Amino acid sequence: MFKSWIEKQKTLTFAVLALLLLVASCTQNGGTAPTAPEQSPVEERTTLTVYAAASLTDAFGKLAETYKVNNSNVDVVFSFAGSNQLAAQINQGAPVDVFASANLSQMENVVAEGRIDADAPRVFVTNRLVLAYPEANPAGITTLADLALPGTLIVLAAEEVPVGRYSLEFLDKATADPTFGSSFKEDVLANVVSYEENVRAVLNKVSLGEADAGIVYLSDLVGVEGVSYLEIPDSLNSVAEYPIAALNDSKNAEAAAAFINLVIGAEGQAILGEYGFGPAPAP
Amino acid sequence: MRSFLTGDDKSPRRVVQRQRHRPETWWAFSLPLLLFLLIPLLALIGYSSPEQLVENLALPEVRQAIMLSLRTSTLATLASVLLGTPMAYLLARREFPGRLLLDNLIDLPIVLPPAVAGLSLLLVFGRRGLVGVWLDSFGLRVTFTETAVVIAQTFIAVSLFIRAASIGFAGVEPELEDAAAIDGASHWQTFSRITVPLARRAVLTGIALAWARALGEFGATIIFAGNYPGRTQTMPLAIYLGFELNLDVAVTLSVILVLLSFIVLLVVKGFFGIGDQEE
Repeated sequence: MFKSWIEKQKTLTFAVLALLLLVASCTQNGGTAPTAPEQSPVEERTTLTVYAAASLTDAFGKLAETYKVNNSNVDVVFSFAGSNQLAAQINQGAPVDVFASANLSQMENVVAEGRIDADAPRVFVTNRLVLAYPEANPAGITTLADLALPGTLIVLAAEEVPVGRYSLEFLDKATADPTFGSSFKEDVLANVVSYEENVRAVLNKVSLGEADAGIVYLSDLVGVEGVSYLEIPDSLNSVAEYPIAALNDSKNAEAAAAFINLVIGAEGQAILGEYGFGPAPAP
Repeated sequence: MRSFLTGDDKSPRRVVQRQRHRPETWWAFSLPLLLFLLIPLLALIGYSSPEQLVENLALPEVRQAIMLSLRTSTLATLASVLLGTPMAYLLARREFPGRLLLDNLIDLPIVLPPAVAGLSLLLVFGRRGLVGVWLDSFGLRVTFTETAVVIAQTFIAVSLFIRAASIGFAGVEPELEDAAAIDGASHWQTFSRITVPLARRAVLTGIALAWARALGEFGATIIFAGNYPGRTQTMPLAIYLGFELNLDVAVTLSVILVLLSFIVLLVVKGFFGIGDQEE
């Protein structure tokens, strides 16, 4: 008797849980996209869908506020994720108006699939590598060459992610430079204690003080406390270029063009600059 | 988890006999789940040819990850047994204030996202952590080492061992322990000669579950121990990062992980379990 009561309770619990799961999965509306405000009956409203690299999250959020001032009839919906993921979704047919990628190769992927015209993408910002270290500076880092000092705990992004590849390129370029010495890369790699899965993980290890130094994008440091950084000079830096383009099948071409004009215009560039991004190279 | 553990006192045969009416209905309703669990695993195993699997097995980074995983998960299981046995016995035998709270605490690592566990460990054993600061003054560092991997795995896996062993200990009649004590056995002798042998099925199940969980640990490890090939890059980490660059290698490691876990659980449950039916 008692046992069967327990069984019934269990069945009920599972049924409730299953129901909750179902409800949860139904109400999810695809990641970080904010829900559109109530439709206004008087004017026609447009929804502009922008797919943008995760590193642009804060900057584009701010840009959208400026955009709304002159385009009050447009609701901007963002999806922020890794550029490779976004490109894959676009190539699977996701309904998107604007794509902003953190590297040229993912933009080229979409161009190759034909959803963006070859001459459409424009580089709108650059992002630079910097050497980040905890403010307390336990390893006493004062120059880039100090990375090679034995016992310095260094974290880099794994080779599998773009910033990890850029970090290795920096080490290669520095090693070719006589001021660093021919064993620089070897010495630095001997100090690496972890190859992290993404650039945020590198930064977290540095800001927690677990690592003495790490290589990250300058834009990642905006708003992060307790972390100082050294510039990596242009001659050694691998500058990441961010292209933006409207999809050629966009149903909101006008709104998309207005958004891109804001991004590449003086006002947008100033906002992006505040978030640590560098200007696009002169064409 | 709990129903699986408590449910294994009935052999499948006995269940079938009790349910004389329409077992095929239950089969029919179980089929969707069976397919849901089985098809992804078969897809994984079928992805690469056996020759490719063997070829990838020879890669140094694959072997490094396998050896590291076997080493750390075994150590973590050992630590779980040593640290977890007293707690398992305590929970099985004693009533004390706050018992429910303690019981609940033991379950936490099972339900917490492993990333939370990793972050907590970092805040304790990290260089600026509560314990880490003190270790650092002796020149000792835990983060980014193999020790960190074992700590992370133990943190996640020990609960599974305690859960299983505790149920086993609770099933041993206290009278048997009392009788042994009257015959002059010490506490330790009673525990090691009477209680543990009688609860061996549950204890072994706990060991197998803890080991398999440690083997599959990912989130706590990557946050607390970082990722360095040969030092802290266990199989799950190599699979995750390999997914970006070399899907083939990731699949090989996944297949090995699935097979290893499956075989270990099967051996423990089948071999040790069914031999104990008379209990």
